[in-house]
Amino acid sequence: MEVFVQQLINGLTLGSIYGLIAIGYTMVFGIIGMVNFAHGDVFMLSAFIALIVFLVLTTWLGVTSIALALLVVLICAMALTSLWGWATERIAYRPLRGSFRLAPLISAIGVSIFLANFVQVTQGARNKPTPPMVREVIVLWEGANGYAVALSYKQIIIMATTAVLLGIFWYLVQRTSLGRAQRACEQDRKMAALLGIDVDRTISLTFVIGAALAAVAGTMYLLYYGVVSFADGFVPGVKAFTAAVLGGIGSLPGAVLGGLIIGLIETFWSAYFSIEYKDVAAFSILAIVLIFMPSGLLGRPEVEKV
Amino acid sequence: MSVGGINVLVDETRAIQDGKRAPLLSVRGVKTYYGNIIALKGVDLDVHEGEIVTLIGANGAGKSTLMMTIFGSPRAREGRITYAGQDITRVPTHHIARMSIAQSPEGRRIFPRMTVYENLQMGASVNGGTHFKEDLDRVCDLFPRLRERLYQRGGTMSGGEQQMLAIARALMSRPRLLMLDEPSLGLAPLIVKQIFSVVKELNERDGMTVFLVEQNAYHALKLAHRGYVMVTGTITMTGTGRELLENPQVQAAYLEGGRH
Ligand SMILES: Nc1ncnc2c1ncn2[C@@H]1O[C@H](COP(=O)(O)OP(=O)(O)OP(=O)(O)O)[C@@H](O)[C@H]1O
Ligand SMILES: [Mg+2]
Repeated sequence: MEVFVQQLINGLTLGSIYGLIAIGYTMVFGIIGMVNFAHGDVFMLSAFIALIVFLVLTTWLGVTSIALALLVVLICAMALTSLWGWATERIAYRPLRGSFRLAPLISAIGVSIFLANFVQVTQGARNKPTPPMVREVIVLWEGANGYAVALSYKQIIIMATTAVLLGIFWYLVQRTSLGRAQRACEQDRKMAALLGIDVDRTISLTFVIGAALAAVAGTMYLLYYGVVSFADGFVPGVKAFTAAVLGGIGSLPGAVLGGLIIGLIETFWSAYFSIEYKDVAAFSILAIVLIFMPSGLLGRPEVEKV
Repeated sequence: MSVGGINVLVDETRAIQDGKRAPLLSVRGVKTYYGNIIALKGVDLDVHEGEIVTLIGANGAGKSTLMMTIFGSPRAREGRITYAGQDITRVPTHHIARMSIAQSPEGRRIFPRMTVYENLQMGASVNGGTHFKEDLDRVCDLFPRLRERLYQRGGTMSGGEQQMLAIARALMSRPRLLMLDEPSLGLAPLIVKQIFSVVKELNERDGMTVFLVEQNAYHALKLAHRGYVMVTGTITMTGTGRELLENPQVQAAYLEGGRH
């Protein structure tokens, strides 16, 4: 029982991070039908930005309040990563729109390789650690066998931040004219233009939002693990992409749900079976779900009344 | 005519010289291509303020292509399109949409995963939500069916309901020029009648200018002040609605058996 609850907490924390990254994949796919292969590396980039900003704040500027530092780190990481997302869309993807379908995909792979190598060259190939940030832990209860269920402050911060930002983001997409324009472009780009929507601007915005949420994930990842390396874009990126497909690519709640499921499977598998096979487990579930539900858990069925 | 000051003046002068007002929409020598295939082979057409103008023609004549070319998508490769005295031939589509022209395009193009309400909000996006409530009431009075179904998803509406929604969405921007591409397509005769009477009402009561593409030539020509006939990318005939209705060639090609 204690082990179960503990793994549940760990799994949800990890799943929140995957879910945040998955939204970027799902939104970009929804609006321009492109798998943004560089998105995992954008996440890695944001973790590095968070690391640098954190070190600058704490060692050079002497900020002692961790809460303040984290807030500033989060805002800076989101701003700079968004800027990156906006710029790559303009430089690497937009000129290829209307070209053959694979072109932007290949361009995204190029961006991914560029980013990973750029970070490797400028930051070095080794793991970059942060000084430990938030160490407090709440012991929820202690079992008879001495196994304590603990909820760390970190985990609370991660889950709360994810929930709050998802809430804001959900409001943005569902209730504002910005979000409406975005959904319109997703459903019928030409019609959206006929109604006065600036489609290019809306697509830019999608990349910006995706990058901003990836930056939240990057900051949380750094907070959770305390290290980051140039190669850390790949595996979380693939997992988040898997989460997006599992939830039904194009569906926002699906991305979050998929992220949580992948996070849970991974932690439970590691705890109860073998840690080596956790990724096999996650991807097997994906394969099984896709066999029975080809459009994912919350994906829309292909047939649409015309 | 609040936009494009100088152009307006120039056209106004020309109109006075011509002895009549400049058209609200004027299409001159427009050629449109799909790749290397020519779809419009030099089209000339005018729509004056306050008119209902209809364009009829066989399948594949290029009617929808002309509607979309006016909105710059696809773009005219040659020729000139002016609206309210401004040259809009090279203006981006979403800017044209903000010049108080609205289109209900071929195939209706309702956003399927948005509610009726949200579809109407999309129609109002050019005026940023001012007087939205008022306009919503107005279009719901025109099509009471929409009021009953405000929170239904667009994609689950019936064909006729979608058509009403497409027209209502176009009206939400308070257009000066309303362009309708086959509003009667696939609809029951009673609904066709209703839609045509709405168009007439908008034109007579609100002075809205209407440019209408129709297969239903008999009804369209009866409703319109003027009409054009298009054959494979060229305008072959023009005249008042009545003239075209009585023209033997038009009768032979577009009206036979198609009355009512
Ligand atoms: N996207 C496209 N690519 C290539 N050819 C096209 C495209 N759209 C239309 N065409 C061609 O251009 C011509 C004119 O088509 P258009 O849709 O304008 O005809 P229409 O007069 O509206 O016909 P209908 O009454 O059937 O709606 C047709 O020959 C059509 O096949
Ligand atoms: Mg057509």
